[in-house]
Amino acid sequence: MPLSWLLASVVLLGASGYVAGRRRALAGVGGKCWLLHSLPHYYGANVAIFTIVPALMVLAVWLLVQPLVLERQVAPMITGAAFQDADARSLAMTDMRRVARGLDVAVRQGALTKEQARSNQTEFTDIRARLGRAGVAPGGAVTPEVLRAAQRYRRLEATGSILMTAAVLGLAALGLAYACFTRTRREFRARNAVERAVLALLILASAIAILTTVGIVLSMLFETFNFFELYPWHAFFFGLEWRPRFEGGSELGLLPLLWGTLYISFIALLVAVPIGLFAAIYMAEYAGHRLRAVAKPLIEILAGIPTVVYGLFALVTVGPILRDYFAEPLGLGSSSSSVMTAGIVMGLMLIPFVSSLSDDIINAVPQSLRDGSYGLGATQSETIKQVILPAALPGIVGAVLLAASRAIGETMIVVLGAGAGAALSLNPFEAMTTVTVKIVGQLTGDTDFSSPEALVAFALGLTLFVITLGLNVLALYIVRKYREQYE
Amino acid sequence: MNDLQVTDPTVQTRALKISARQVDVFYGDTHAIRKVDVDIADKTVTAFIGPSGCGKSTFLRCLNRMNDTIDTARVAGKIRLDGEDIYDPRVDPVQLRARVGIVFQKPNPFPKSIYDNVAYGPRIHGLARDKAALGGIVEKSLRRAALWDEVKDRLGAPGTSLSGGQQQRLCIARAVATSPEVLLMDEPCSALDPIATAQVEELIDELRRRYSVVIVTHSMQQAARVSQNTAVFHLGELVEFGETGQIFTNPNDPRTENYITGRIG
Amino acid sequence: MTDATAARPTPSLLAQDNRTRHRNRAEVRFRAFGMAAMGTGVLALAVLLASVVSNGLGAFRQTFITFPVVLSQERLDPDGHRDPAAMARVTTFGYAPLIGRAFADHVAALGIETGLGPRAMAAMLSEEAPGQLRTAVLANPQLVGETITLDVLASGRIDGYFKGRVTLESAERDRNVSPEQLRLAETLAQAGVLTTRFNQNFITAPDASGQRPEAAGLGVAILGSFYMMLVVLVLTLPIGVAASIYLEEFAPKNRFTDLIEVNISNLAAVPSIVFGILGLAIFINFAGLPQSAPIVGGLVLTLMTLPTIIIATRASLRAVPPSIRSAALGLGASRMQSVFHHVLPLAAPGILTGTIIGLAQALGETAPLLLVGMVAFVREYPAPLPAGLFDPASALPVQVYNWTQRSDPAFVERASGAIIVLLVVLIFMNALAVLLRRRFERRW
Repeated sequence: MPLSWLLASVVLLGASGYVAGRRRALAGVGGKCWLLHSLPHYYGANVAIFTIVPALMVLAVWLLVQPLVLERQVAPMITGAAFQDADARSLAMTDMRRVARGLDVAVRQGALTKEQARSNQTEFTDIRARLGRAGVAPGGAVTPEVLRAAQRYRRLEATGSILMTAAVLGLAALGLAYACFTRTRREFRARNAVERAVLALLILASAIAILTTVGIVLSMLFETFNFFELYPWHAFFFGLEWRPRFEGGSELGLLPLLWGTLYISFIALLVAVPIGLFAAIYMAEYAGHRLRAVAKPLIEILAGIPTVVYGLFALVTVGPILRDYFAEPLGLGSSSSSVMTAGIVMGLMLIPFVSSLSDDIINAVPQSLRDGSYGLGATQSETIKQVILPAALPGIVGAVLLAASRAIGETMIVVLGAGAGAALSLNPFEAMTTVTVKIVGQLTGDTDFSSPEALVAFALGLTLFVITLGLNVLALYIVRKYREQYE
Repeated sequence: MNDLQVTDPTVQTRALKISARQVDVFYGDTHAIRKVDVDIADKTVTAFIGPSGCGKSTFLRCLNRMNDTIDTARVAGKIRLDGEDIYDPRVDPVQLRARVGIVFQKPNPFPKSIYDNVAYGPRIHGLARDKAALGGIVEKSLRRAALWDEVKDRLGAPGTSLSGGQQQRLCIARAVATSPEVLLMDEPCSALDPIATAQVEELIDELRRRYSVVIVTHSMQQAARVSQNTAVFHLGELVEFGETGQIFTNPNDPRTENYITGRIG
Repeated sequence: MTDATAARPTPSLLAQDNRTRHRNRAEVRFRAFGMAAMGTGVLALAVLLASVVSNGLGAFRQTFITFPVVLSQERLDPDGHRDPAAMARVTTFGYAPLIGRAFADHVAALGIETGLGPRAMAAMLSEEAPGQLRTAVLANPQLVGETITLDVLASGRIDGYFKGRVTLESAERDRNVSPEQLRLAETLAQAGVLTTRFNQNFITAPDASGQRPEAAGLGVAILGSFYMMLVVLVLTLPIGVAASIYLEEFAPKNRFTDLIEVNISNLAAVPSIVFGILGLAIFINFAGLPQSAPIVGGLVLTLMTLPTIIIATRASLRAVPPSIRSAALGLGASRMQSVFHHVLPLAAPGILTGTIIGLAQALGETAPLLLVGMVAFVREYPAPLPAGLFDPASALPVQVYNWTQRSDPAFVERASGAIIVLLVVLIFMNALAVLLRRRFERRW
């Protein structure tokens, strides 16, 4: 039975469980629903939960475990002389899976009959061609061992699937019967049971945040380990050259990328922090109601514009202007993508980020401090510079750190505006590249996930994650402490 | 102790420092102060009393143009400091506030060291020629605020680390440090405990020797204890103004009597 | 009294002393800096938008050439059976000469003198034209043998000439176009054969290869983005609301909930590209979902958007006053009932607003989609839902990136045009959010 049918049957069973439970509860009190502990629909829902949840849990576990078990079963079949080392074996297993899927497709399309797909006599040259016609291309030549293994795999799979269907449907029916007959009584607290189930669902939903983080860390950690098996870690962390080569012998040093990243982020902050901070000060302390009502949303629009738009802006507008009016006349370079281009445009993107955070923080400084300062005869700017900013400093530092983390992790602007060549240079008009650009570069297009050139992207990603995480945690801690101070 | 005892029954007529004539204050559409006339003498403590919301704090804030910082506030009438109209367009409120200092209800030390809190005013107004002179001003101000002995060993500690009463005296020291001629105090003791209040009251009496002090207070006893002149406000109007002793013992206006005897308040 | 105060002569208030004048000048300067900073922000926005609009408006207009074509039977249907299967054997190479000749004949018929050979004249037409004609003929075989009026795209360079991107001088140096061709185009425009008008194909057509910028459209990208947004909406809204309800209404204060809290605020600040790596490693390499599919893009964007939506939802749950909860509890409702019957409906407008803003953010996100293969060149529209979720597709912002990577400058216009479409959608979504907030905002 296909999976969707199985799911539909379980849901159907659940629905009938609901109806049955509700009816039984009402029947138990002769239709006087005020005699029940909970409203009738809670009894129905209780039965439905008992029907669906255990069945689906078993289904999920089965689907996860079955391939592993089956592979262990067929693995001995392809441990011939040709598959001595682990790599060849894992490759053959991949092929086996692909052939098995291919056979499925071929049978579905009618390129092979069910019997042909099972028969041991099928010529393997033939099978490859037929699979190709069905739109499945096995990696290498289909060896007899692999074909046999694939066929056995399919047989086992068919058996497994029948067992699974039986187990899932049986469990659903069992749950239905149990809940309907033993847990649908007048004094049973159905509402509490249902609410416990809902609460479990809510907890599950909030755990997704944790799962995401775990997923991020694990996915990058594993591949990073794989990378460090192929490439020495010290050469990665301390390498001064970034020169990936397809034929091997790549130099994959992190430092030039990190330098590009930090240099561009530095310039971006150099643009964004003063402009954002002064704009925030002006809006918080000087601007009248009407100006503020217009200017604040206008500046915040900048934050809502997708970064790819900034990237294009850097590529077609800012880059050529900087090249034609600054870099070339000054003899500093002839590239329109440069640290300066990416930095300035990224700075523009960060202005609203800095300004709205600083605005909040400046507004959190109590009015009594302003009054105290004005009362002593300070001008507005003296009050801002000597009382408000020092008082708001921790919060502003937090905001700047958050902006820095944004800048370091920003991708599209640097992909389009910074260039692709790694360089360790001080010239801001030179094209440089960043960690994020290289992650994109190494992982887009056809990638071979066993080569260090592709795997390095995961190490780069992990580095990026660790740096930004550190900055975020620090910034959030500082901002939170600051807020508490004035609450 | 008789709460209505007047500290200085013989008030000498002193030089006029501030004169307010026909002052009106509006907050947007609200008419907060109506046609108030008050004369504030030099080297005297003048108390503004009245029930809450009667406009006494608002009027106090007019005296050094603190109301300027509120967008919707508007002041009409004439307020003269040493004969000069402080609402004249040529007057810079910054210069005015250096001469008319203010201390607020809630102690509001800046998040800086004790030293920097006191040195803030002299620094912005350029009152000290060098470091030593600044140190001198700080010490003198802290002494005048009767705080020196408590903090002289920890001038670098943050002002916010002091107790409430100390913080308020620090704010007084901060105001005194700019060498004002008038010191406005907006319910300076309402956030303090009785002991701290007693200290501050003692200090106010001390300050009277050098400055003209205007104090807004909720407590009639306090007005009686520290002031020589008293102005009674009610619903934005000045009900009565005169010698404190006379106001408390023999008020002219029935509303004053009601307030003092506790029928309004 | 030997006091500094007394010794200081009292200056008049009416005259500013030097120091005050100096301080006031500093005040004015400071204020000017603030104003300049704010102005810079607004100016940056204006320049950014102006640059996009001026570069991109052209994409919505395209140059077409109209002329009659005889669909000769011997070329298109040698058997004469009008059998589409047999006719399909004639490739676009069979159609191209037909169109080229018809164009040259039409120019000659108009009596226009030109030094151009037939090949050079045919090059003025889009390479897309034969394909379009072939599709039309195969769909309606009865057309063969008739003379139809054909409306074909002009080549990108000719189109560029009418949009100011190509000039007679630049054509001198360009291998792809000659000044003679431009002059002929000019004459044809006067004759009314060549017109520049609104081009709906830019919105509906699929992408085209690097040599045919004039034919490239956003159809697949818009559909792909739409599918992804559906995935994001369907997943984030229930999960986000459920998580927020737990954290805001039920979670006890303990290590675990603290961990979740810190986690969510950190996830909101994790670089988007990291989510792309996650998607590649988990959804594609581990779970075996297809590359370039909207389902994968949607899942990645869901994980990215969840923290935003959770933060917004929690804020609007928090804004519901506790008195409402107490009232429900006081009537004997369980906590769960009080939340689902009373608190959640009251918080709904805020949740909706937050969700729309989260979706808008997800719609513009590019970097993570690059890693899950959305950059692929896709000309086929994805199938209708739900199967289409697993078909290859593109996405609006990724299409922008894609076009910027092509060498023909006409693609800059396309990319900017795509941004205009994207921004219009974003403005619409944000306006909707603002409207909702205004309409349903409640003050307690």
